[in-house]
Amino acid sequence: MYPLPIQKRHQTVRFTYYVALPIFCLLWLIPLLAVIATSVRPMGDLNGGNYWGLPSSFDLVKNYSEIFTNGPLGLYMLNSLKVTIPTVIGTIILSSLAGFALANYEFRLNKWVFMFFVAGNFVPFQILMIPVRDFTLKIGLYDTSLGLIFFHIAFQTGFSTLFMRNFIRELPRELVESARVEGLSEWKIFRYIILPLVRPAVASLALLEFTFVWNDFFWSLVLTQSKYTQPVTAGILALNGQYSSAYNLMSAAALCAALPPIIAFFLLQKHFIAGLTLGGGRE
Amino acid sequence: MTAIDVTSHPPDQTPDSQTPVARTGRRLAFRYTPWLFMAPAIIFFVLYVVIPIGRSMVLSLYKWDGLGEKLFIGFDNYRALFHDPQFYTALVNNFWWLVFFLLSVPMGLAIALFLNQTVFGIRLIKSLFFFPFVISQVVVGMVFSWFYEPNFGLLGHIYRWFGAEPIALLADDRFVTFGIIFAGLWPQTAYTMILYLTGLNSLRPELIEAARIDGAKRFKLFWHVILPQLRPASFIAVVVTVIGALRSFDMVSVMTKGGPYGSSTVLAYYMYETALSEYGYRMGYGAAIAVILFLIMMVYISYFVYRMTKNERGM
Repeated sequence: MYPLPIQKRHQTVRFTYYVALPIFCLLWLIPLLAVIATSVRPMGDLNGGNYWGLPSSFDLVKNYSEIFTNGPLGLYMLNSLKVTIPTVIGTIILSSLAGFALANYEFRLNKWVFMFFVAGNFVPFQILMIPVRDFTLKIGLYDTSLGLIFFHIAFQTGFSTLFMRNFIRELPRELVESARVEGLSEWKIFRYIILPLVRPAVASLALLEFTFVWNDFFWSLVLTQSKYTQPVTAGILALNGQYSSAYNLMSAAALCAALPPIIAFFLLQKHFIAGLTLGGGRE
Repeated sequence: MTAIDVTSHPPDQTPDSQTPVARTGRRLAFRYTPWLFMAPAIIFFVLYVVIPIGRSMVLSLYKWDGLGEKLFIGFDNYRALFHDPQFYTALVNNFWWLVFFLLSVPMGLAIALFLNQTVFGIRLIKSLFFFPFVISQVVVGMVFSWFYEPNFGLLGHIYRWFGAEPIALLADDRFVTFGIIFAGLWPQTAYTMILYLTGLNSLRPELIEAARIDGAKRFKLFWHVILPQLRPASFIAVVVTVIGALRSFDMVSVMTKGGPYGSSTVLAYYMYETALSEYGYRMGYGAAIAVILFLIMMVYISYFVYRMTKNERGM
């Protein structure tokens, strides 16, 4: 264990640690706490300059119901869901197929295909922007959820394939080999032997992809424009204009936009962190 | 193709001509199976990643407003870039991003060391520290711009508390980039922290014990025993941070739109602005900026990919 467990340290060190830990945690979370506090303030607080004191009344229900009834936030969030969920499913299907191939077959270009997926993953979006926008316009998918979904699936496949391949490679090879001796077709090996085993990896990957795609801002700007398709990351900026100095409403909206990944993260924390480190390609 | 064939390692089994017909059939089937499994992924990837890279490169040699005829102008876009002060501002800002964003690596390590204890509630605290990474950068950017607001923001309060006159950080071309980078450090540090926490989990206790028995002092123990074992974590932390710094777009876009007067722009944002701005689309020029950004990134990408695949045992 490194550093030395606090229980083995001198009493003063231990005491300092116990005091410092929550203080440090609060300091780290100031930005979030401030937004939470602002989101329940009445408008009067803001007009009166009370930005940082305690809210004079607790307007949770009022503010939060206002942003959903009196503006398109709900629509934006729905748009985000309509893009995110199909993308996650599509990415997982494509990457488990490709990851299986890369992990199980020895063929000449294996390493090159793998490198190609890894490298593509790091490419700056800007080099793709004009042609992808052009292509999306041409196939009639500009300003549709499907246009975004296709792009996200394609781009996320790089990272996800790396991820699935690393996971499948760790599975015992004898499983596949003995299935082959039994005469199972390659497709059946994938479907009935590999797929059930990669379930934990799929959970991690789904959670990561959900967060990445939900938080995407750039492609929402480039590939959509109307409020009937625009995801919440881009939509919330439009709201920022609409609410201008109503910081309480804006904070509530920002929190709602950030909420789905936060919930997912807290529910499935273990999977999330496992995914992040495996996907990072532990050496 | 031949160049690739030469470098790929295990020579592909025996020549087909020597094998019986039946076995050739099976072998052939075997040859195509991996490609069948990979086909959907590869098709999508080629369509949306590989071809666009090529098309951007070609486009950077044209003058194009996005609608009318494309006009071939050779390297004129690049020539114009070298005389474009805005381009240099973006380049310099990207450099600052790279330098200061890397602070998230030692900061993440420090927090990870601080949190790597087993005390009551530590799991909750660890996840609270991690969660800025889960929030969208748009939200982080918005929150930090409220912070920097001179009249009612927290920063203004701190200034007044010290008796100083608050400055409008995001409206001041001397500080604006650093203000944005500082905001970006919040989620990025959370990311590197989690990488280091997992790294600390896989330390080898016997090495640490041995060093402690040998009487290694604090700093020496950390420097010679702990850090080397954390190298995989450090490597990934540096990779994701460098890529993140060069990709910085969301924060700049949300907090300043590159302003005031373009002083906080970065290549990623400048490219977007040029290609799709309200003052008319300059696609060719934008593509040229994108190509430059891509080339800068390729230097890092090739190094990272080389390092990542080097450690793979041959397939």
